[in-house]
Amino acid sequence: MNPGVGWAAIATVSVATAAIGAFGLRISRTTSDFYVASRSVGPKLNASAIGGEYLSAASFLGIAGLILTYGADMLWYPVGWTAGYLVLLVLVAAPLRRSGAYTLPDFAQARLESIAVRRMSSLLVCLIGWLYLMPQFQGAGITVQTVTGAPRWLGGVVVAVVVLFNAVAGGMRSITFVQAFQYWLKLTAITLPLIFLLMVWHGDGSPSLAATAQPVAADRGPALYSTYSLILATFLGTMGLPHVLVRFYTNPDGRQARRTTLAVLALLGLFYVMPAIYGALGRLYTPDLAGRDTVVLELPGRMIGGVGGDALGALVAAGAFAAFLSTCSGLTVSVAGVLSQDLVSRSRLGVLRGVTAFRLGAVAAVLVPLGLALAGADVPVANAVGLAFAVAASTFCPLLVLGIWWRGLTAAGALAGLAVGGTLSGFAVVVTIVADLDSGWLDTLLAQPAAWSVPAAFVTMVCVSVYGRGRVPAGVARLMVRLHTPEHLDVDRGPEAAAHHR
Amino acid sequence: MASLIRSQLRLALLVIAVLGVVVAALPALFTLVPGVREAAIGGVPLPWIVLGFLVYPLLLGLGWFYVRQAERTEHDFSDLVERD
Repeated sequence: MNPGVGWAAIATVSVATAAIGAFGLRISRTTSDFYVASRSVGPKLNASAIGGEYLSAASFLGIAGLILTYGADMLWYPVGWTAGYLVLLVLVAAPLRRSGAYTLPDFAQARLESIAVRRMSSLLVCLIGWLYLMPQFQGAGITVQTVTGAPRWLGGVVVAVVVLFNAVAGGMRSITFVQAFQYWLKLTAITLPLIFLLMVWHGDGSPSLAATAQPVAADRGPALYSTYSLILATFLGTMGLPHVLVRFYTNPDGRQARRTTLAVLALLGLFYVMPAIYGALGRLYTPDLAGRDTVVLELPGRMIGGVGGDALGALVAAGAFAAFLSTCSGLTVSVAGVLSQDLVSRSRLGVLRGVTAFRLGAVAAVLVPLGLALAGADVPVANAVGLAFAVAASTFCPLLVLGIWWRGLTAAGALAGLAVGGTLSGFAVVVTIVADLDSGWLDTLLAQPAAWSVPAAFVTMVCVSVYGRGRVPAGVARLMVRLHTPEHLDVDRGPEAAAHHR
Repeated sequence: MASLIRSQLRLALLVIAVLGVVVAALPALFTLVPGVREAAIGGVPLPWIVLGFLVYPLLLGLGWFYVRQAERTEHDFSDLVERD
């Protein structure tokens, strides 16, 4: 592709993002605005924002790359990433909003009345956030390299700078507008070129996709295990992602939180039809791209070529860049929120005002994963994101599900379960990233840990709660009322416990 | 109060059970019954049609059903409380 066109696309998205962020700055005044947009975001805007935030490098580039390489089995990634919202909807959406907490650690503390559980949750939020941010920077590097020929590190650095500018300038309020804009940009950027690609395919006499449909995986045993483990990780992991949860606090009430989630299901389903078709066309037209994440970026140039191919390629690159910017913004804000609240404010820097602490947190939230990505961690983008889901499913999923629906959960049980789930899945992640895994049974177990780490975490939480010495928190009955009753009813919800007004 | 939580939990578990049965059956079906995997409609293999497209309306439908039922349960509960 012509590098000038590629640069123009990337620059346009970056500048537009920064401009919308600056617009948000004018109406972002208080600390509460910074974190959760003062909870005044309606379901339609919020659903677009959640969609914009959620569709990351893995959705935009990674899925099509995996489908090209491994075939139909990889369709479980987008299916799982959508179904995760259905599970979130039925198990946590409304109660979580009603808990009145800002972040996952807030929820943990409100429910279990324990600082230790809060600290552990904060640690896990950072871990999951960093794990999820790392492949975004990698994806940005791949994109910049593919469309402009510039060195790989440059893409990650550009994304980091724009995201930091936005987060530091406007916090969550500006990010709501940015995210909503970016969902629609991404949908357009992936759909419009696809229409032209399908016209070319049709013009070629609609060659059958059937011949290319067979998965290339050889050993069916581990493949079936991988699929089920992936299903478990994605279905249960979505609710435990920090940048997803923080969005739910911006709904006005529990009922709106449900409706927002339903709209998100529709928006995601609409989007995820597209990468699958890119993957299928890629198997037909560009099988040489197997094992890389670039098929979405390169297909327009390869199939159409000329000025038209360049223009469509630039549009796709713009969409991909929007994906990195929006996901990174959301993750940065949530990790920064937790870092500033639990680490910066409580250390000797405690004299810092809320907003300053948040800005410091944002810098730390971005630099660590950027460093990891630049240091050369090299896992396919969608796989790396899949690992973040596995950790979330093994830690926050049991905490949220048991915390919301079972009175018997104790602080000791939660702590033990988070430790077991976090250690097991974290160990698997480190081995997967560091070692060069094979397709044997043991390697497959480590590459897809959710099938054993999630049950282990649940069992630990329940067993330690029931048989351990810990006691059920005193305020649990009132908290259950708060979580499950509609807001307009006049019932005893206890003191405004969860929200730490800053 | 306990009955409200119980009925909401029952509803949630029902939706998850439907999701689990429908979805959990698919990978096994595609692996164990080669005929299903290789069947094609209009040149597109069945797994691609189901996983690439059909599954999304199903998820949306389940979500819609859940929201309707959950709001109905809360409405009935509100009526009950406000009558007291």
